[in-house]
Amino acid sequence: MNDLSWINAALAAARPQAVGALLRYFRDLDRAEEAFQEAALRALKNWPQNGPPRDPAAWLIMVGRNAALDGVRKDARTVALPDDDAISDLDDVETPLAERLDGSHYRDDVLRLLFICCHPDLPATQQIALALRIVSGLTVKQIARAFLVSEAAMEQRITRAKQRVARADVPFEAPGPVERSQRLAAVMAMVYLVFNEGYSAGDGEARAALCDEAIRLSRLLLRLFQTEPEVMGLAALMILQHARARARFDADGEIILLEDQDRSRWNGELIGEGLALMDKAMRHNRPGAYQIQAAIAATHSRAVRAADTDWAGIDALYAALERMQPSPVITLNRAVATAKIAGPEAALAMIAPLESALSGYFHFYGARGAFLLQLGRTAEARTDFGRAIALANTPAEAAHIRRHLDRHLADAAAK
Amino acid sequence: MLYAVLCYHDENLVWSWSKEEDAVLMDKIGAVRGKLTAQGKLGASLRLMPTTAATTLRKNQDPPLVIDGPFAETKEQLLGFYILDVENLDAALDAAREIAKVNPGGAFEIRPIAVFNPDERTA
Repeated sequence: MNDLSWINAALAAARPQAVGALLRYFRDLDRAEEAFQEAALRALKNWPQNGPPRDPAAWLIMVGRNAALDGVRKDARTVALPDDDAISDLDDVETPLAERLDGSHYRDDVLRLLFICCHPDLPATQQIALALRIVSGLTVKQIARAFLVSEAAMEQRITRAKQRVARADVPFEAPGPVERSQRLAAVMAMVYLVFNEGYSAGDGEARAALCDEAIRLSRLLLRLFQTEPEVMGLAALMILQHARARARFDADGEIILLEDQDRSRWNGELIGEGLALMDKAMRHNRPGAYQIQAAIAATHSRAVRAADTDWAGIDALYAALERMQPSPVITLNRAVATAKIAGPEAALAMIAPLESALSGYFHFYGARGAFLLQLGRTAEARTDFGRAIALANTPAEAAHIRRHLDRHLADAAAK
Repeated sequence: MLYAVLCYHDENLVWSWSKEEDAVLMDKIGAVRGKLTAQGKLGASLRLMPTTAATTLRKNQDPPLVIDGPFAETKEQLLGFYILDVENLDAALDAAREIAKVNPGGAFEIRPIAVFNPDERTA
């Protein structure tokens, strides 16, 4: 690996901790971010010459902090701090400061950073944008590309988010245990939204990067909450879903349904990690929505062939999820499993009450059309598929329904 | 003499490598592994999942306590190991240096193996 890619990986890895600590010093997101940028620039110059520091995060915090203070002091025409090029490692640094940088603040610093990005005053779109910019360090351009908006629009979204956070007067002391668990839920939701942004339309490179980033954030979160089964569940859910990434799209970028995927293209290493996390989560006997969804993904992962899928198990898991978190979308998903074990008639009955709630939802008409087709009610199915195409969010979704329709109509004609 | 080469590195960093960077590195390591294997110096080697997948059994009490996470919270984590079958420490260090050349950063702990029970399962 060359210097540059090593340094970039090191900067990405150290970023949450370093920006979190700088935020603790400066109590201002912009200043913390600028200080980190400055430190990162100096790292690019310094590290190839002096070799990488033993603790890149501590180096970046020190240098970033000094650079920012330096700027302030130059303004005030006072004495500058020692040249940071002289700092090759923490050994050179005054001990008390090094100790303060060490460990104890790590958890609170990173948490505070995540909590600020998920401040309840921020709408979800701003939370995601802010987290990807501040915590993950993606460029505005990268984020804009992933969300299919202009760079200027994304810049504005992030600026607005920062202004709101500044106005909201976020407390900078370490959050108490109750607040911690409340806001943990918000952070998990944000991370899962990042993942779904990447997953839903996916094969674009910028979007796939969002899935990787969400998984990285979940591992970070899991290191902060090592014994929290829902965090294990969230990480497992995303890892298991992402394990199927290579099999989800064909050469033309069209969606391949789970049951039609070439399972040899699933990533066995990721599946192993997802299942391992599920094993850990189950031991706690504290089920939650992420764990159940992960268990559903795990059930799919365990089926060597689509025909081996334990649909009764999946149906039961969806039933549990419905009880925990009643939602028409979950019932719709359950109906797909129900159709497999009790037939399309039962599935249609299950989703009949959902139409008014899901009348704007592409998957509702796609699923109902498929059930109707199985019952030979072709004309009604065709109407539903037409609606699904009109409601599709992406060309890949629309193409998928069209292909589904074509195939079944061809099958019907051949009979 | 059998040696274990225990690989320590900052897992935050290692898991921040892009897929491409990781693949390039694994290719390079694969080449060195191939060479050492051909020379009869390298036995089994393995890469561990992130410590977030780890569970620790604390057995200084009865019954032992199951704890989520790795044994120790450290800046650098045990990420994998190689088994070497070489003459002496110098030869072990030479082999470890060859691997280190393509995989810099972190540390290798070279630890002589006292008892080695091979895999005796029948297929």
